[in-house]
Amino acid sequence: MERAPLEEVRYESPTTIAHAAQLLGEPGARVLAGGTDLIVQMRTGRTAPRVFVDVKRIPELCRIHLDASKLWLGAAVPAALVVENRDANELFPGLVEAVDLIGSTQIQGRASVGGNLCNSSPAADTVPALIAIGAVCVIAGPEGERRVPVESFNSAPGRNVLGAGELLVGFEIPRPPARTADAYLRFIPRTEMDIAVVGAGVSVTLDASGVCTHARVVLGAVAPTAFLVPAAASALVGSRGEDAALARAAAASSEAARPIDDKRGTIVYRRKVSGVLTKRAAAAAFERARGARTR
Amino acid sequence: MKIHVHTRVNGEATEFLCAADRSLLEVLRDELQLTGTKEGCSTGDCGACSVMLDGRLVCSCLVLAPEVDGRSIETIEGVAKGDQIHVLQRKFLEHAALQCGICTPGFIIAAKALLERNPDPSEEETRYWLAGNLCRCTGYDKIIHAVLDAAADLRGETR
Repeated sequence: MERAPLEEVRYESPTTIAHAAQLLGEPGARVLAGGTDLIVQMRTGRTAPRVFVDVKRIPELCRIHLDASKLWLGAAVPAALVVENRDANELFPGLVEAVDLIGSTQIQGRASVGGNLCNSSPAADTVPALIAIGAVCVIAGPEGERRVPVESFNSAPGRNVLGAGELLVGFEIPRPPARTADAYLRFIPRTEMDIAVVGAGVSVTLDASGVCTHARVVLGAVAPTAFLVPAAASALVGSRGEDAALARAAAASSEAARPIDDKRGTIVYRRKVSGVLTKRAAAAAFERARGARTR
Repeated sequence: MKIHVHTRVNGEATEFLCAADRSLLEVLRDELQLTGTKEGCSTGDCGACSVMLDGRLVCSCLVLAPEVDGRSIETIEGVAKGDQIHVLQRKFLEHAALQCGICTPGFIIAAKALLERNPDPSEEETRYWLAGNLCRCTGYDKIIHAVLDAAADLRGETR
């Protein structure tokens, strides 16, 4: 990408969505939220923005708020605020788990869930967690507002559905029904500060007797985008999370994974780990759902 | 065109001019002559440039300077009070928790942020909190011991 002459580079900090969308229609305009991807890409020469559109002065993007039907998570809310948020911890422990896996303390002070999604990496930790809990993207643009489920947002590595002048405003995450809980696990070859080899997000809803009535199973880092595994979810529905059901879900995930070979892991290994993490994340979600308050 | 930014650095009202794509780290070091904050990787991996931005620990290399307009910044220069060094600085000296010293300001800022939130962190909590600060000299043990000792000192205990 050609580097813009220095004098042409601008910094803008709009306070309304409409103004941000207008600025984002300009050539070379890029959203600046936490900057933990954009500024790194700029320093390493992968991108040369002409207009930085800092969205952190727009109130809707910086708010995390629970109402009667949903949790609103603004696209620019830093990870640290999500991890500290009581409602998020109570309702979506799996999402909080995923957010807390990202980067260092310093990175979590800036990096946002919205940015993690918009960076469109297949290995982004928050994406499987968001999909598992049915999060919906609210996107603003020149044509007004539209809603896209998180699982339909990314189309390929580095690519997503945002058009010119469009902006991810935040996520609507429906309040979970009674006896519902989520969990997210990733595998990395160390304990901290690495990118997922495989990630698995699971959400389950149980009836009063502990039988699973609804489930979502999502894999990350084993395909061009994070994706739902309906066969794994079906294996959990009707079960109480017993070993046989978890094993069937694991087999379905291993079967559904379409990973690549790279320095982080081989195809065979990633397929195997997809099953293992599905089983463990599902077991954690069942355990939590059994203990979850009747909301 | 340069941007005129008004901010507070270590409690003092400060202003500077910068280009849109300058980092906070570059402005601190090159414009404001606050060279205590170090440049390591400039990609957010090493923590040498750690500062507090509105009370939140961040890498100043990953903040654009114009972003800090109206915000408040704390750097290593604000940690000692006059001739009185901070207990963390004293404990780093006592435990020999530094050799070359490039990582030290970042570690002090990050550790201070930890102890302000959690006066009694476990060793594991301390190691995870400081996982974004890299040191290629000490092997980390001395740093962790210095931080835990400073925490005990701040709690009025002797270890």
